[in-house]
Amino acid sequence: MDITSQSYNEQITLIEVTGAIDGSSAPQLRTAITEACATGQHLLLDMSQVHFMSSAGLRVMLLLHRQLQQSDARVVLVGMLEPIYDAMEATGFLKYFETAPDRDTGARLLGA
Amino acid sequence: MERIDIYPTHEYEGYPLRHGYVEPFGATLVHGGVNFSVFSGSATACTLVLFERGTDNILVEIPFSDEFRTGNVWSMVVFGLNYEHIEYGYRMDGEYNPPVGHHFDRSVILLDPYAKVIGGRDVWGMADRNDHLYPHRARPTIDDFDWEGDRPLEIPIEDLVVYEMHVRGFTRHPSSNVKNMGTYTAIREKIPYLKSLGINCVELMPIFEFDELEYADRFNPETGKSLMNYWGYSSIGFFAPKAGYAATGNFGMQIDEFKNLVKELHANGIEVWLDVVFNHTAEGGEGGTTISFRGIDNKTYYMLDDQGRYMNYSGTGNTLNCNHPVVRDMVLHCLRYWVSEYHIDGFRFDLASILGRDQDGNPLPNPPLLEQLAYDPVLAKVKLIAEAWDAGGLYQVGSFPAYGRWAEWNGKFRDTIRKFIKSDEGTIQDVSLRVQGSPDLYFGRGPTSSINFITAHDGFTLRDLVSYNSKHNFANGEDSRDGANDNNSWNHGYEGETDNPTINNLRRQQVKNLVALLMLSQGVPMIYMGDEMYRTKWGNNNTYCHDNELTWLDWNNLDKHADIFRFFRMMIAFRHAHPVLRPRHHMRHTDYVGTGIADITFHGHEAWQPDWDEGSHSLAWMLSGKHACEGGEPDNDIYIATNSYWELLRFEPPKLPKGKYWHLAVDTYRRSPDDIFEVGNEPRLRNQASINVEARSVVVLVGK
Repeated sequence: MDITSQSYNEQITLIEVTGAIDGSSAPQLRTAITEACATGQHLLLDMSQVHFMSSAGLRVMLLLHRQLQQSDARVVLVGMLEPIYDAMEATGFLKYFETAPDRDTGARLLGA
Repeated sequence: MERIDIYPTHEYEGYPLRHGYVEPFGATLVHGGVNFSVFSGSATACTLVLFERGTDNILVEIPFSDEFRTGNVWSMVVFGLNYEHIEYGYRMDGEYNPPVGHHFDRSVILLDPYAKVIGGRDVWGMADRNDHLYPHRARPTIDDFDWEGDRPLEIPIEDLVVYEMHVRGFTRHPSSNVKNMGTYTAIREKIPYLKSLGINCVELMPIFEFDELEYADRFNPETGKSLMNYWGYSSIGFFAPKAGYAATGNFGMQIDEFKNLVKELHANGIEVWLDVVFNHTAEGGEGGTTISFRGIDNKTYYMLDDQGRYMNYSGTGNTLNCNHPVVRDMVLHCLRYWVSEYHIDGFRFDLASILGRDQDGNPLPNPPLLEQLAYDPVLAKVKLIAEAWDAGGLYQVGSFPAYGRWAEWNGKFRDTIRKFIKSDEGTIQDVSLRVQGSPDLYFGRGPTSSINFITAHDGFTLRDLVSYNSKHNFANGEDSRDGANDNNSWNHGYEGETDNPTINNLRRQQVKNLVALLMLSQGVPMIYMGDEMYRTKWGNNNTYCHDNELTWLDWNNLDKHADIFRFFRMMIAFRHAHPVLRPRHHMRHTDYVGTGIADITFHGHEAWQPDWDEGSHSLAWMLSGKHACEGGEPDNDIYIATNSYWELLRFEPPKLPKGKYWHLAVDTYRRSPDDIFEVGNEPRLRNQASINVEARSVVVLVGK
């Protein structure tokens, strides 16, 4: 899994994930998200290059949600592929998140 | 404070290890690793085999050193494993000597009997490409679902209307119009439908992992295609949900997907019961396959005769040795797991009489397993339902050891009502008992012990029950020898589908009669998926092996047979609206609340004059509304007249007290929508003294 983090605009950090989110890659993602949140920024998590997510991956996403609940930061999941979207929906994990088809729509959702 | 047992003490080929935790059995994630614990009463040694997930690549085979054995349990923590990247199995050393009951063979890699996730059939009908070495593969998992406050619903059993369904068949047909056809998550999409029907409990046909490809070498003679184990009454493991029923099975997320389904059904007021098969396993009898139990500890897990042969009370080749103390524990652990981790509300035990046999197959007067389940603290509030017979000739409807807990599928209800509706003689006494929750069978236990049903997965659909005299099972490949012969069915003049409007109208009327009697009877009604839309299986009464349009629910029927659906929906609503139909205890036949009339009274053409004669084909009864909930929740009086005679009969209902009138709730002779009226909108009868009950029909009056 590859993770790149950059500023989308003044209030939003964009994190792009490429590859599989599973038990071995999840800690890395968690670190990247934690660091971004620490700056008080909102997050766009671009998942358009994530082709596989495991059960442990789902759990990291949920922990992310919990972590964000403790702060004012919000996250929008952007561009999820259909199988990933469906899997998150079927397992009940999707409802914790806002989603958007693309970055700009996601940014508008974040009101920034 | 940090535990001091989180560090390895041993190493094997680079894998750090230490003595494991004996309990719980199975694979459990612990700090820094995975704990493996497995029992065998007769193995001499045990080896843990770790695979790279989804491949034949064996990462390592770690023998349990003798110091890792406690009694007959081998336990070991392996550190540093990525639990999502591995699958595991065991090799057991020991004697291969079938006449004394031992089938040890260390060349076979064995599935953990406590496996909570089983790979290998991740997508329905697709064999794993590495099927040969270790076809059904155990995986460790983590049980940490976010239930958000959900727990089992604990709806009083007498208030339930149960819907027996097949997970895949419910939405596999393209007409279901769901995204992921045939899956757990698709049921979630159909929750609004289930609510509109009014049921508040789903009973899922087996969802423990099984091998749908089990019959790949048998063929449908009509199509030439392979048969499949579609029903799944053949468990591979008792702790793992069927992966192929999950849309996310290929991601290994079946646990979360199924839990999410349970959670949403609960949020909509619907209980979830599982049809559980503890009487046998998928390993078969002599010459069967070795997947798990046979190779782990054959002599403990199976009932064997004195020459080591499999006893067969299940009709499938082997019988689980349910009253062996170790097997009892496994069943108990398993059910506790499904209740505590999956929030399951009830269990229907397939061929439950086997659970009351001792290790030699003899029926026990006080079976330890049944008693243990009845008194278990974790299972204390779940429903326990027995299919109170087995394939070894034990028939215990009415006499299943109940311990104040067990209910039964009431096969006598099914048979009596079917016979009555097809105008058999000599049924009236029996009918009077069945509609009262069978006090002859469940005296002292109450109508709550009686799961009433007309049809279930086993046998004809409701439509086929009124369309066929005999079964038509040729597609099953056994020249129609399989399946029950005593169906008590009647085709009404033509075998199978017909264009004859007289026959078709009569069949629909008979279906309404059957549904009406089911919903008006005391006890717990259960309907079978699709009967509410007048579904046919073309006369096949044993569709266990078909994964095709024969067994998939065709949702187009809903529009085609909207009158039948409406009748079902409104009969269910009628039952929910009238507590007098749902008593917890049997009728006392006295006026114990002081209204001048007993809780139940029987009538005939004239009030107070029931015709109990052998040749009688009609009966009427009245439920006194003030006796509802033993006087705690006054209801309307309800009068039910049922006529299975082939001519019109005139009935006189009892006179109501001044100021109350009889209203027409149901008349199955009338065409929809005049066959049943919304609760509260029943028209008042002009003639309060007598009513016509047409040939083969049911009339229900509400006194208010």
